[in-house]
Amino acid sequence: MNGAGVRRFGLGLLPWLGAILLWYAVRWSGFVNVSLIPAPHQVAAKFFELLTREGLLIDIFASTRRVFLGVALGILVAVPVGFLLGWYRPARTFADPMINFFRALPPIALIPLVIVYFGVDELAKLVILFYASFFSGVIVMYEGVSQITPLYIRVAQTLGANQAEIFRKVIIPLTVPHILTALRVSLGVAWATLVASELIAAQRGLGAMIQNASTYFLLDVIYVGIICIGLIALIMDLILRKITARLLVWQDRAIA
Amino acid sequence: MNKRAQFDKVSLSFETPKGRLNVVEDVSYDINDGDFIAVIGPSGCGKTTMMSMLAGFQKPTTGKVLFDGRPVAGPGPERGVIFQEYGVFPWLTVKQNIAFGLTLNANHVPTAERNAICDHYLGLMGLSDFANSYPKHLSGGMRQRLAIARAYAVKPQFLLMDEPFGALDAQTRSNMQNLLLKVLETEGKTVMLITHSVEEAIYLASRIVVVTARPARIKEIIDVPFAYPRDESIQERPEFAELRSHIRQLVMDEYRAQQAQMRPVSFSE
Ligand SMILES: Nc1ncnc2c1ncn2[C@@H]1O[C@H](COP(=O)(O)OP(=O)(O)OP(=O)(O)O)[C@@H](O)[C@H]1O
Ligand SMILES: [Mg+2]
Repeated sequence: MNGAGVRRFGLGLLPWLGAILLWYAVRWSGFVNVSLIPAPHQVAAKFFELLTREGLLIDIFASTRRVFLGVALGILVAVPVGFLLGWYRPARTFADPMINFFRALPPIALIPLVIVYFGVDELAKLVILFYASFFSGVIVMYEGVSQITPLYIRVAQTLGANQAEIFRKVIIPLTVPHILTALRVSLGVAWATLVASELIAAQRGLGAMIQNASTYFLLDVIYVGIICIGLIALIMDLILRKITARLLVWQDRAIA
Repeated sequence: MNKRAQFDKVSLSFETPKGRLNVVEDVSYDINDGDFIAVIGPSGCGKTTMMSMLAGFQKPTTGKVLFDGRPVAGPGPERGVIFQEYGVFPWLTVKQNIAFGLTLNANHVPTAERNAICDHYLGLMGLSDFANSYPKHLSGGMRQRLAIARAYAVKPQFLLMDEPFGALDAQTRSNMQNLLLKVLETEGKTVMLITHSVEEAIYLASRIVVVTARPARIKEIIDVPFAYPRDESIQERPEFAELRSHIRQLVMDEYRAQQAQMRPVSFSE
């Protein structure tokens, strides 16, 4: 690693160290009951205990798979739908109120209905995550696609491009950035919805783990669960950002 | 002479939230094969709109715009356009931008030839060192030259150029003008060029269409008396100076008319 790399890494690490210090400080300040805040080292110990003896990895895997599937399906549908809505103004006028109506509904409120219609199995959780990622992704897609300027299409037409070539060589490259943004947004939303989806009688999963822990007031387990969700979401976002930077080298960003 | 393009009593108005905006009004003129038409007029008068009807992006409200005797139905590769906003594709490298038209079915150019054409225009436009850069690394003038190269590369017989040299410094500008004259000499194109430079119009064009402040009407059509091939020496000729002061006068009048429009409250003298 070069000097700049070390500095960037350090700069990224600093807020975490700060957060841990703050955590200890709050605990030791005496303003809150110490039994209500497990110390960072206790949480870390719990983490290793869960990892080695309670199969934390199985929970992580179960949750990650749910999020992954939900987002994949949601984006798979959101991309074409969002594209059509962004591209054809009439379609947008027609569907816009509808989409905003459903988007405003919190997934938790839908759980009872989902249980009635889809049962309590894996499918039900998937439906919730699909719902959350579809509606967040579709909005990003159509907002982005409707911003595409007709200039590039006109240029292509004057060079002799036919409809198929315009789609393949102009519209797709202009849409890729919006697909990636939609993916990032819905990934974030899906992780945020995970705990809700695992409220539905989940055996395993980070959300289920948090649920169960709250029944027995196991605060340290709750902390482990929350931190795991945050960390995995962060890692996924970092990977996606790397991919985005690769695919979109041509973009003029304010900061490299 | 063979008529390539005709404006026949063409008017165009836009519906805006503030009401109808007449942009082009009762414009008629012909562009013959081999003509070089320069259009000159104050900013915002409707020059780009006039050109985009011939390019096929806008339909006249009344009147007809014909190309090769048929009403213009849409854009096509036989009418190359250099846009005022360049429209350089940001997701393609400089070389890929130039090659874009050549990779299309309509132009079917084999790969080897495509490379040769790209290298040729990269060199001509002084972009060789940036062949593999993305447009975000180019200056405004370089982007403009890239847009010119991309349009030239597919060799359209008819070129529509909307202020193509506006972003260039004086030296590059005159290089580009001479290059255009050379391209025309060898490839025999027909050109419609929009410009704000009176000198550029006289130096390049065979006919100059001076248009009025919005709505654009024809103020005067002037034949330029210099034969092709031309070189910079014509700029020293007395006829050049005469023509220049005449056209400047026309343009100034319209500029003042436009100022008066923009400031309806008149000052007492
Ligand atoms: N699509 C549109 N809808 C409404 N008004 C438009 C539209 N396009 C152009 N105009 C208006 O028409 C007028 C003429 O525009 P145009 O672009 O043709 O001017 P121009 O002569 O090319 O100006 P410049 O020299 O500054 O490029 C302007 O007032 C502009 O606001
Ligand atoms: Mg213009």
